Amino acid sequence: MTLGELTRRDFPILNRVVNGHPLTYLDSAASSQKPSAVIEAIQHYYEWSHANVHRSIHTLGEEATELYEAARDAVRGFVGAGAREEIIFTRGTTEGLNLIAQTLGRTLRPGDEILVSEMEHHSNLVPWQMLCRDRGAALRAVPLLEGAYLDMAAFDRLLSSRTRVVAVAHVSNVLGTINPVADIAEKAHAAGAVVVVDGAQAAPHVSLDLRTSAADFYVFSGHKMLGPTGIGVLYGRRERLDALEPAWGGSEMIKEVWIDHAQLNDLPWRFEPGTPPIAEAVGLHAAIEYLSKLGMERVLAHEQSLTAGCLDALARIPGVTIYGPVNAELKGAVVAFNVEGLHPHDGAALLDQRGIAVRAGHHCAQPLMKRLGIAGTLRASFSVYNTADDVARLAAAVAELPGEL
Amino acid sequence: MALYSNVIRERFRHPRFRGALPEPDAEYEDVNPLCGDRIRMACRLADGRIADARFTGDSCAIAAASADVLIEMMLGQPAEFLQTIDPSRVLERLDADIRPSRMKCVTLPLTVLLGALGGKEVAR
Repeated sequence: MTLGELTRRDFPILNRVVNGHPLTYLDSAASSQKPSAVIEAIQHYYEWSHANVHRSIHTLGEEATELYEAARDAVRGFVGAGAREEIIFTRGTTEGLNLIAQTLGRTLRPGDEILVSEMEHHSNLVPWQMLCRDRGAALRAVPLLEGAYLDMAAFDRLLSSRTRVVAVAHVSNVLGTINPVADIAEKAHAAGAVVVVDGAQAAPHVSLDLRTSAADFYVFSGHKMLGPTGIGVLYGRRERLDALEPAWGGSEMIKEVWIDHAQLNDLPWRFEPGTPPIAEAVGLHAAIEYLSKLGMERVLAHEQSLTAGCLDALARIPGVTIYGPVNAELKGAVVAFNVEGLHPHDGAALLDQRGIAVRAGHHCAQPLMKRLGIAGTLRASFSVYNTADDVARLAAAVAELPGEL
Repeated sequence: MALYSNVIRERFRHPRFRGALPEPDAEYEDVNPLCGDRIRMACRLADGRIADARFTGDSCAIAAASADVLIEMMLGQPAEFLQTIDPSRVLERLDADIRPSRMKCVTLPLTVLLGALGGKEVAR
């Protein structure tokens, strides 16, 4: 039995019938579905242990605090971070990137440069644009080769002593390209730059070992990795976090407050003002346990086999153009494609009529779309619960699309 | 009712008013933030009435069909007539069951034509 066949039954939503067809969910790169274990963990937390964390001197408060902090330990183990102080809970990848941009930004001067790439999600682009505008810094972008890979020779040319931050996606949310972040980080560090990695499309699929990786900051979301919405993780290397001012003020991020100043709290709480997403942390913990039980190597192998099958099936259909690497081993679990003469939104709407959920449009990567010279694409993406049948249903439906409009 | 009605399919395949209009009196284009689709509408006026109009752009079938029927509704009408056309009248013409998530595709041509007749400049 494949991993998809084994795990499907754990995801209640996959029993749904949509527009008269069994749901074929191929939009996990946007947001994954949740196993019962996650849904039940959240429900149990609210029915049994909910209270505010950290300063509630009562049983429920202590339980909630324990659960919240246990989730942090689980994340630390899952991503291979050196210490729990390096794990900061956020609302998601976007918030994590904004947090880093805002706090690093305070140290930027006119003439400094930030280096991103042409394949970035808007979330790893617009915060840096805003920062550059505020601080008089300049934004540079690494161009693409063959519309799929970072041009590393151009990266070498663009990187200089003026570069203060290099911010890149680990895995592109459209092309699926796995970027050489270790190489990028090594070169960036040699140039004296801080390395920020958008791991939103990597964390759900690959085994991470951030202790040995060279990223200074690594950011991802819970909801793309079987966890709930409203929680994400900002990993920061301890010495980097120690050197940073908190982005936002409030309760929890302080030790003691006077009317005109405050003494900051220790890591990681210094970066977590206000009541945190407690139930969401509990849910994320359950998701991590679920994924860990499957084993991330097995998850990756399963998803690569689906991606390879999808690339192969779509390539056989006349009029289909595939974007990004065509070798499944060089990419994450996403396949972006277009059907000749068909707008991606029309394609997605027609697939939805058959119960097939795919993403369509610019995927929050408009500069990439402009570079590829297209308005948008269709995108199928995979998670643990997908099967070869899902891919076959997609391919059969896509083959019929050209005649449908 | 189908999402892609026969009207939408027919207008998408065989648009009556798609193409460039040389020397237009009014012209405007705008983008659908949902999908990045771009529609441009151009028209010629005679005695305050729409004498001719065309649309161009890279868009989905719904937006293209909407632009096509909108031009048909406006031809020969005074420019102010556009104020009386609300999205429900376009939907009626399209004979389609459009979900809220795709209503912007229906209304984009309306917004663009309003911009053209209102003398708006295209933002760059």
